[in-house]
Amino acid sequence: MNLTSDQVILWRHGWLNLNETIVTTWVLMLGLAGTAKVMTRRLATEGPVSRWQAALEIIVTTITSQLEGVGLDHARKYLPFLGTLFLFVAVSCLCTVIPGYYPPTSSLSTTTALAGCVFLSVPLFGTLDQGLWGYLKTFTQPTIIMLPFNIVGEFSRTLALAMRLFGNMMSGTMIVAILLTITPLLFPVVMTALGLLTGMVQAYIFFILAAVYIAAATRPRTRDTPHG
Amino acid sequence: MDSSTWIAITSIFTAGITIGIGVVGPGFGQGRAVASALSSLAQQPDAAATITRTLFVGLAMIESLAIYCFVVSMILIFANPFWTHAIAQTPGK
Repeated sequence: MNLTSDQVILWRHGWLNLNETIVTTWVLMLGLAGTAKVMTRRLATEGPVSRWQAALEIIVTTITSQLEGVGLDHARKYLPFLGTLFLFVAVSCLCTVIPGYYPPTSSLSTTTALAGCVFLSVPLFGTLDQGLWGYLKTFTQPTIIMLPFNIVGEFSRTLALAMRLFGNMMSGTMIVAILLTITPLLFPVVMTALGLLTGMVQAYIFFILAAVYIAAATRPRTRDTPHG
Repeated sequence: MDSSTWIAITSIFTAGITIGIGVVGPGFGQGRAVASALSSLAQQPDAAATITRTLFVGLAMIESLAIYCFVVSMILIFANPFWTHAIAQTPGK
């Protein structure tokens, strides 16, 4: 039994190994980009709008309102990055209804890459918003004594972000795989449905935590922000 | 028993103990957080959106403690540095 889809090598050429995770990730990315391209082909501001546009507007306005609720001031500025994170994690979980599909987020490499994007985007957005010095000063909030803890927290929360998503998605597929050998008829279906729920919750948590981290870096801190 | 057997026994035992004890505290914490969030929801259903969002962020923060234990036990089982060292020391390998 494979722990992750990293170990399934689909194509090998010299040192280049193309495993299932990379293929699934690219198929998902192309699928998402292609769907978005098709859906935005005929946008209308007046008259009757198409169903696709209505669906897209619901997604975008919901994500924007969530971002504003967290405390991001200019939510539209962070929408492309954070919204993409949410949609990718959510779609990669929802596709588990397809038989033989392993979510790419159940591989530690994918989640580490996603968490690394968040880790890099926090100083980037923080510097863009308050300048380099202003961003660096947030590490000494509320006092200078907190400096080492803030720096450690920056790394440990990235680790937790990656491991949380990996652990939840991997255990979901693992439980289904084990149950298939014990009670093969109905119970795996129930666990897959439960996996869809936890996957959506994890996608939401990943997205909202990234938003909270960026919000903590982009505005002057009035109170101690949580670290995870 | 040679050293690699002892390392294997200790690592597997410690991995189980780590995750077993490590999830107790966060488990209690998450239970308390959800309980207070539910009672707040019952009192003020209008604030459901804010309460739910804050609850999820808080749960994720509490959960990261259990995740650190998970990381430690995963390292002990799958990427144990002492085990690698003992295997490298073994003659004839």
